[in-house]
Amino acid sequence: MLKAENLLYSYDNGVKKVDTVLDNLNLNIKKGEFVAVLGHNGCGKSTLAKHFNGLLLPLGGDVYVQGINTKDEEMLWTIRRQVGMVFQNPDNQIVANVVEEDVAFAPENLGIPSAEIRKRVDDALKTVDMYRYRKHAPHLLSGGQKQRVAIAGAIAMRPECIVMDEPTAMLDPMGRAEVMETILKLKAQENMTVVLITHYMDEAAMADRVVVMDDGHIVVDDTPRNVFSQVELLKSLGLDVPQVTELAYSLNKEGFDVNYDVLTVTECADAIMDYVRSIKSGN
Amino acid sequence: MLKDITLGQYFPIDSFLHRLDPRTKILIFILDIVAIFMAQTVESYVVLILFTFLVMLISKVPVKMYFKGLKPILYIIVFTALLNLFLTQGEDLPIFGYSVGITVEGAIVAAKMATRLVLLIIGSSALTYTTSPMALTDGIEKLLKPLSKIGFPTHELAMMMSIAIKFIPTLIEETDKIIKAQQARGASFDTGSIFKRAKALIPMLVPLFISAFRRADELAIAMESRCYTGGDGRTRLKEIKFTHKDLAATICFLMFFACVIFLDFIF
Amino acid sequence: MAIKIENLDYVYMQGSPFEKKALDNINIEIKDGEFVGLIGHTGSGKSTLVQHLNGLLKPHSGHVFINEHETTEKGEKLKKLRCDVGLVFQYPEHQLFEETVYKDIAYGPTNLGLPKEEIDIRVRDAARCVGLPPEVLDKSPFDLSGGQKRRVAIAGVIAMKPSVLVLDEPTAGLDPAGREEILSQIKSIYDEGNMTVILVSHSMEDVARLVNRLIVMNEGKVFADGTVDEVFSRGRELRNIGLNVPQVNVLIDELVARGLNINPNIYTVENAKNELIEYFKRIKEGGENA
Repeated sequence: MLKAENLLYSYDNGVKKVDTVLDNLNLNIKKGEFVAVLGHNGCGKSTLAKHFNGLLLPLGGDVYVQGINTKDEEMLWTIRRQVGMVFQNPDNQIVANVVEEDVAFAPENLGIPSAEIRKRVDDALKTVDMYRYRKHAPHLLSGGQKQRVAIAGAIAMRPECIVMDEPTAMLDPMGRAEVMETILKLKAQENMTVVLITHYMDEAAMADRVVVMDDGHIVVDDTPRNVFSQVELLKSLGLDVPQVTELAYSLNKEGFDVNYDVLTVTECADAIMDYVRSIKSGN
Repeated sequence: MLKDITLGQYFPIDSFLHRLDPRTKILIFILDIVAIFMAQTVESYVVLILFTFLVMLISKVPVKMYFKGLKPILYIIVFTALLNLFLTQGEDLPIFGYSVGITVEGAIVAAKMATRLVLLIIGSSALTYTTSPMALTDGIEKLLKPLSKIGFPTHELAMMMSIAIKFIPTLIEETDKIIKAQQARGASFDTGSIFKRAKALIPMLVPLFISAFRRADELAIAMESRCYTGGDGRTRLKEIKFTHKDLAATICFLMFFACVIFLDFIF
Repeated sequence: MAIKIENLDYVYMQGSPFEKKALDNINIEIKDGEFVGLIGHTGSGKSTLVQHLNGLLKPHSGHVFINEHETTEKGEKLKKLRCDVGLVFQYPEHQLFEETVYKDIAYGPTNLGLPKEEIDIRVRDAARCVGLPPEVLDKSPFDLSGGQKRRVAIAGVIAMKPSVLVLDEPTAGLDPAGREEILSQIKSIYDEGNMTVILVSHSMEDVARLVNRLIVMNEGKVFADGTVDEVFSRGRELRNIGLNVPQVNVLIDELVARGLNINPNIYTVENAKNELIEYFKRIKEGGENA
């Protein structure tokens, strides 16, 4: 679906090449996968995201979308149609003054007939559960609602894949929950491939696969469970782990043999209860 | 405050006016402006005021909203009225028996000018309240279409307008926030000499421009991501159509228009 | 006392069809030297409330007193009040405008009309407070990283030497390391002891381990006001109004429900760890029955 091979990129500040942002990066994302990308600010996550729909082109190596090289200029719009993008600031990606007209923006650009646009817009708005707001002005909606409109705007292109660059960074807990629910629904109902760039570990824990980036390359690429159990490594990269994982891990470090392969409250409680039982039976 | 500015905003409800072809509304609005400036006699003003009232009623937009639209322009209206009132030469108009420098002609001109401005503002409010910016720019684009044959960038112009309108509320909010943030650091925008005040605007304008550029940049990326390539080959969610409703509205307006002409030139 | 709010009401867009009561009969007293967390989801009225603290908004009814002065005062007295309460807005880096970091931090003190030497001392002191190295002062603020820009903006307010420092969502949009850094600097600013600090946030996790008092806002009203223990003991109610209590607190709840005899009032990983270690030791010694 999405493939990066030996990807190399650096920003040019006009005078000299400044530090390499992406350094020989290799990544292969399969159809229907939900991949979370973690990394501190400036590690190259956003730069990577912009390569997936040809907003940026590799300076070295290649990026393929469904087998099409993003360097192929003829195919640029085919690629963009297949990869929907959602960005951080909802105010700066909504084009129109009415929700449904904004969602219609991409299909209009693709030259789709009016009746089909109507259908796509309604479907997309229903998928993100914003249909009853279709006539509203976007600037009067909450952050979470705006971001769902932005998602609807992307899926109205009927893309194969959706790439989100910190879509929850500017939202409050309720807005974040709304967006995560929408992502999980997209994956379950439409089998959408989702790439989610985030700073929130609880969001990454919901993914099928977590990719941790540092300094322009991938440090870890594994299931959330296997990634978050590497507490020390994540901390050294300036990242967090879910509180329960951290607790179980620190208990372990103090010499209490609690299983720290846990991501949720229930799992952690189970692990602690197991440990308590083992002490008691040992007595 | 800045948030009270309603000019250029769309009021999303459903009414006969909302459903009209934007081209019809734009053309009627233009002719309305012509009529307003042609009107000379009291009778023709009555007809125009009547027409404006009718439009306000049919639009189903609360009358309050129209008055809110007038508020920011109120000073200009009062100011021009005062200028006309005192600066027009003519027969003296005594107030309670005293001469205060007001002339009969001045009073008439002032009343006319004030009425004209109010009618203009309400007319433009009626247009923007009932026409979403997208539809409005669509209408303008279609009306200007003949010009694109000689290389005039009609689509680009229309798109720029619609985006500008979309960002008005966002930028107003942003300005409000920056002003408050600088006030919290002891800035005052309303004291001191004109020079001092102008200088005090820098801490407000610099962040505002930076933010506008950042927004523009992000918006361009978002639009490109959604396959925007300019006007060629674009379709629309709502293709605008000239229907019998538009015909009826046009005929109805032309009757008013004829009335004004009749009252001014023939009567 | 530093802050006293009496029967405060505020209505947005008064007289328009969008009229909305943003603050509804608020009564709060905050004493000198308190470290208060102000929590609520977007639209709960918390941002509106903090703008009343330095007279940016005036009450529609009720009173706000700062160090015995009412915020409805004008002119020089209002200016004095704005120095007393330093307000750091959300995304404060968006208000930077000067050519150098130094000049930007000096903007507030300059507005106060202070002598050059005093301004210099204050700028350097404020920069130190937020952990900006001295060599950054001559750079353009626009060349800095996001986290550094934010610290410049916070320094710009601290340089006014307010007696109350209010920070509205100071960690919004930062990565975990950036969040951690800003919060620990706020903590150390508070620990220096010259300021009452009010931290506005929707993140319970950030706030719980720092403050000694929590005020929760919901729909324009004060929903809860008390120590962290008192407020978090109403965990379910908090979740009902759209707030999340820290994950570790939920875990401890769950463990207590499953029959562990531990202190339920725990909100930080560190405390949870210590409490559980104590508990494990007790049962190892056979002190606890099954």
